[in-house]
Amino acid sequence: MLRIALLMLFRDKAKYMMLIVGLTFCSLLMTQQASVFCGLMLWTSATVRNIGAKVWVFDAKVEQVNEVIPLREIEVTRVRGVAGVEWAVPLYVGIEQARLSDGSFQNVQLVGLDTATFVGRPMEITKGRIEDLRLPDAVIIDQVGVDKFHKKGITIDIGTTFEINDKTARVVALCHANRSFLGQPYVYTTYDRALQFAKPQRKMMSCVLAEPKPGVTATELAVRISRLPGLQAYERDDLFWDTIWWYIKNTGIPISFGTVVLMGVIVGIAIAGQTFYLFILDNLRYLAALKAMGARMPILAAMVFLQSFSVGFVGFGLGVGLTSIFGYKVLKTEQPPFFMPWQVPVFVAVIIILICCFSAAIGLRQIAKLEPAVVFK
Amino acid sequence: MSPHDALKTGPDTVAVAVRDVTKSFPNGDAATYALRDVSFEARCGELTMIVGPSGCGKTTLLSVICGTLGIDSGSIQVFGKTLGTMSASEVTGFRSKNVGFIFQQFNLIPTLTVVENVSIPLILQGWNYRQAEEKAATILQDVGLGERLRSFPKQLSGGQQQRVAISRALVHDPKLIICDEPTASLDAKTGHHALELLKKSACAPDRCVIVVTHDSRIFSFADWIAEMEDGRVVKSCSASQYHHA
Repeated sequence: MLRIALLMLFRDKAKYMMLIVGLTFCSLLMTQQASVFCGLMLWTSATVRNIGAKVWVFDAKVEQVNEVIPLREIEVTRVRGVAGVEWAVPLYVGIEQARLSDGSFQNVQLVGLDTATFVGRPMEITKGRIEDLRLPDAVIIDQVGVDKFHKKGITIDIGTTFEINDKTARVVALCHANRSFLGQPYVYTTYDRALQFAKPQRKMMSCVLAEPKPGVTATELAVRISRLPGLQAYERDDLFWDTIWWYIKNTGIPISFGTVVLMGVIVGIAIAGQTFYLFILDNLRYLAALKAMGARMPILAAMVFLQSFSVGFVGFGLGVGLTSIFGYKVLKTEQPPFFMPWQVPVFVAVIIILICCFSAAIGLRQIAKLEPAVVFK
Repeated sequence: MSPHDALKTGPDTVAVAVRDVTKSFPNGDAATYALRDVSFEARCGELTMIVGPSGCGKTTLLSVICGTLGIDSGSIQVFGKTLGTMSASEVTGFRSKNVGFIFQQFNLIPTLTVVENVSIPLILQGWNYRQAEEKAATILQDVGLGERLRSFPKQLSGGQQQRVAISRALVHDPKLIICDEPTASLDAKTGHHALELLKKSACAPDRCVIVVTHDSRIFSFADWIAEMEDGRVVKSCSASQYHHA
């Protein structure tokens, strides 16, 4: 009877299409918005992913990576003194203003790397050499910067110069870096030069990056360093998630995206539930005839659930497929942010299953109440 | 008692025995009686008609005979099986195997083809889909619809739809055929042809056909007629006696 159930559904083209469109739209809305949300959250922790150190040490009041409370440089030595530290280096991270050759301005995320080791260096140098960062005025700029400058009519390549806070910066290499939350290009230089580019303050160092000795886990080391007065150390993944949770708790972003996802659920329930209910109502006399002919309730329930889940499956597949196409297109431009972890389709699948169960249940309620004798009326 | 136990069938065997059956429907604080102490028999090898004006209880009697409706009191035996002693599930199974239905509005599923509609009773009994369609196609050939196997019900005339309904009722070789106003949706000529086909293909020595109708033009097809009035069987006799009376 399951084949009969599918034939009944597929051949009622108007309702079938309506159900598919409703569930596809619902699935698309939820998957796309959830993926954009995840992408946006990834942007918030771009610095953690770009630098990649195992242990990060901040001022004790810092709650996430984009919040900088400058430290004294002596803190590097204090961190090096903690048992289990293999090495520790200073890092400068700050938003600075770059002035282009045509006089226009562009905010950049300036990253000052330890001169000796280049710890936190860009993961992928697309042109040039990292070693050239030791040359005078040298900076490395990421592809976002290249694109942003290009939009302003300036072509960035090796040898191009611009100013950061009135000091000359010369591009010695190009790199690829994860895009930051506010979209400023990452500009890498040495720590000492970064302090020259930045506006002078009493304390300048943003944080200390540390590596645990073999046999010591990053988490253990973070706990040990955090015992130092005035410092708070994070293991990389903890900092990544703390940053994301900070944005979830302290901004309206989750509510905004959550509202759209909720709308997707409501649209799904409204369209799919109502259409499926009408589909059952339209077929009620035939289902009653089947009941009279000896179809037991479990068979009818299986038929209804199969019908419901088959439209759910198709709608889910189309929705996730369309979102993937959307993601494929936007990943090329990196705007809007897009990241679809496996949890997103699973979450959407669960919602679609619930919608299908709800739709099938309201239809089944009608069938359960149905007396087979009504076929004689 | 299992629906699969052997049934008592054969020429002149009492196929359906209704004894002192009362059926009421709640109507506020009171009850409306659709059947009052009805007793009635239908035999194998005969086409029995239950006739009477609208609202006299014909359809209710049909419903309780096939077990789609319960009763307040009395007993109903179908081929020796007492429906009241069976569980709801057993009654459903009994109906699936032994009862064929022809409904007033045909109730052919519009999104299924003719052959798919006819194969449903077999699929309900667990037949393989392909074998069920082959058997359905054979019976549709017999009723002259061999060329319309893949047509949908709405593409057929009323008479053709009735032939499909008859095929669906007979495809699983049931022992009891229940017809509810089989000519109500047909013109006189088509209705006459439908009854001819029903009589020819459904009536057999080990089978009982019960037709509910108020269409006096088809009374001539009956072997036995039970006339109802106000929830009671007021006359039950052979068709020839009925016509002479």
